[in-house]
Order: sequence, then structure tokens, then C-alpha cells
Amino acid sequence: MTVRKPYRRSMAGWWRKNPFFVRYMLRELTAPFVAIYAVILLVGLVRLAQGEAAYDAWFAALTHPASIAIHWLLLVAVVYHSVTMWQVMPKAMPPLKVAGRTLPELGVTALGLLATLTVSVMVYALVRWL
Amino acid sequence: MVETRTIEMEVLRYHPERDAEPHLQSYQVPFAHDMSVLQGLQYIKDHLDGSLTFRWSCRMAICGSCGHMVNGVPQLSCHTFLRDYFPGKVRVEPLNHFSILRDLAIDQNDFLKKLESIKPYIIPAENKPVESGEFLQTPAQLDRFYQFSQCINCLLCYSACPQYGLNSDFIGPGAMALLHRYNADSRDAGRAERMPIVNAEEGVWSCTLVGYCSEVCPKGVNPANAVNQNKMNSALDYFLSFVTSRGGGR
Repeated sequence: MTVRKPYRRSMAGWWRKNPFFVRYMLRELTAPFVAIYAVILLVGLVRLAQGEAAYDAWFAALTHPASIAIHWLLLVAVVYHSVTMWQVMPKAMPPLKVAGRTLPELGVTALGLLATLTVSVMVYALVRWL
Repeated sequence: MVETRTIEMEVLRYHPERDAEPHLQSYQVPFAHDMSVLQGLQYIKDHLDGSLTFRWSCRMAICGSCGHMVNGVPQLSCHTFLRDYFPGKVRVEPLNHFSILRDLAIDQNDFLKKLESIKPYIIPAENKPVESGEFLQTPAQLDRFYQFSQCINCLLCYSACPQYGLNSDFIGPGAMALLHRYNADSRDAGRAERMPIVNAEEGVWSCTLVGYCSEVCPKGVNPANAVNQNKMNSALDYFLSFVTSRGGGR
């Protein structure tokens, strides 16, 4: 007689068993870092609205060594997040047609990274030299 | 004479009438250069242990029956070669995220119910008599769904999807790819019937874009793309429900 006793295996530690899942979990883990950086910028905007002294105090706080260290950490996390999100972007959008031909996945990722880099350099130049 | 080498194959065994839980069993398998992992399993069954249970049929990556975890990666075992693992060993396990019935055979019922629920057939706007001729389609219209129609229901994408593993109510990558295959077909008018499945929490919204489903697909289908394109369709359907009587399936 056939015995039917389906066995369900545990998923404990699933993401550590495959490097693909480790990279995915890191991508998700770096998302709050993007949010933290957005909050820092929003606080700056609020301080700017409160007047020159408030804005200068916020700006001075940013130059504190602890702030610099945090910003390096944020930069690394945000770069990882951007690169990995652009890598999955071709899977998240309808195919991009250029002159009737579908752009390969790598092309979409490359275009996205190029756009990110261009905007970053432009913002940096704006802050640095204006 | 064919040159053979010997590789160690570890296979997860589970006989429900005898075992409380699965365990690995090791076999020494002689293999030639052109032997697949499936042929390794067949060697075990024919020469070493006739009680080993596994599914297979076509031996050429068409039928989708022989999906297994090969060294932790979802693979069609007919499409994976022993030579690529030698001199290391090969560990063959049942596909992840499914209940094991016996040895490498998993319970496919959950997927089959989902496949049925998405109405995987063309629902035409009106039933034309055969005499009125075929439904015509341009190459561009064909291109919109063609890759999704290549799905062979092998379930590798389900065993690559941790969200399905954590919550099997999720419709999952394969069924969603096939749902999209019909929704994107210009001859089909069944979209409104299928949108409630897309819109549900366990429809597209359970996907977190891990993307591994598309990596493991042996037929070059991009199920992650089907799921995520339909997040947009689902959002559009929701907003359209406020302004028109169509859409808004819940």
C-alpha cells in the first residue's frame, strides 16, 4: 500500500545558502540607508526654512568627523543599492525598444548607471562650484 | 571503448512508509563525457538501487519533468552534466519549496491548481466560426508574448523563489508568466477575468523582485518580468476602476 506523508523541508537560513540570495538581502538591507540619507537632506531643508543660523548649525554638524564617517558608510550603501537596483531594472519594466529592436538587459542597466553617474557628477559640480 | 570516470552522487532519499525525515544516500556512478545528471540517476536505478524514485520523460529539456536541486541550484537534470561537477560530488535533492512525496518526487498539486486558475487558454472576444478564418497577428504582436509561451511548467522558478517558499499562497513566477502570456496576446479578451488574480495580495504584490526565477529558467523565459510588468498593470487597473466601469477586479 502506498503511504502518503508529504514532507516539507524547513527554510531556515535559506538566504545564506546561495550567493544570489546574499546579494539580494544586502540590496534590501541597504534600502534604509537611502531613506536615512533622504531624512538628513530633509532636515537640512527644514533648517534652511528656519533661517541662516539654523542652516549654518546644520551645516557645521555635517562636518563633524562622526558625520563624515556616517556619510562614507551611506555612500557605500547607496552605491551598492543603486548598482543592484539597476541590475534588476530590466526585469521590472516592459522591454525598451530602440528603433524597433529590444534593448538587451545589460543595455538597460548600463543606461541607468550612466544616468545615475551623470546626475551625481552634475549635483556635485553644482554644490562644489556654485 | 568509451572512457568512463567515477563520480560520487549524493541523493536525498525519503520513503514515507519507512523514514521520519529525508536523508542523503551516496552512490559511486561511472560516467562518460556526455552523461547528464538524469542519466546518473537512471544508472543508480538500473544498476545500484531500484527503489530510487524520480520523475523524467523526454531527456531533452522539453517536457519539464526532471527538475531537481543540483548542488543547491534548481536545474533540469537532463540539461546538467556530470562532467561539470567532476572531480567534486553531485548532490541531487527534490526541488525546494515543495513537499516531498517520495525521494526526488515532489507534490505538484499546488502549482497545477494555480495553473488552472489563471485560465491558460485564449478567451476570444467573440467565438468565430472556423469558416471565418484564423485570427491574424503581426510579428510585433507575437513578440509581446512569445517568450512567455516557452514555459514548460518545470517549476524551477518556484524553487528559486523564496517568497513562494515562505508563503505558498503566492501565485508564483511560472503561473504569472503564463497569465501574462495570455493577457498580452492580441487574440485574447480574458484580461478582466484574470486581473483579480493579478491584483490580489498573493498575486503580483507578494513578489519582492529577487529575480532568481529568471536566472534559473531553462527556456529563457523571464517570469520576474511578467510579474513586475503586471504590478504596473495592477496599479493602472486600480486607478482605472475609479473612472471607468472596467477593471478594478479585486
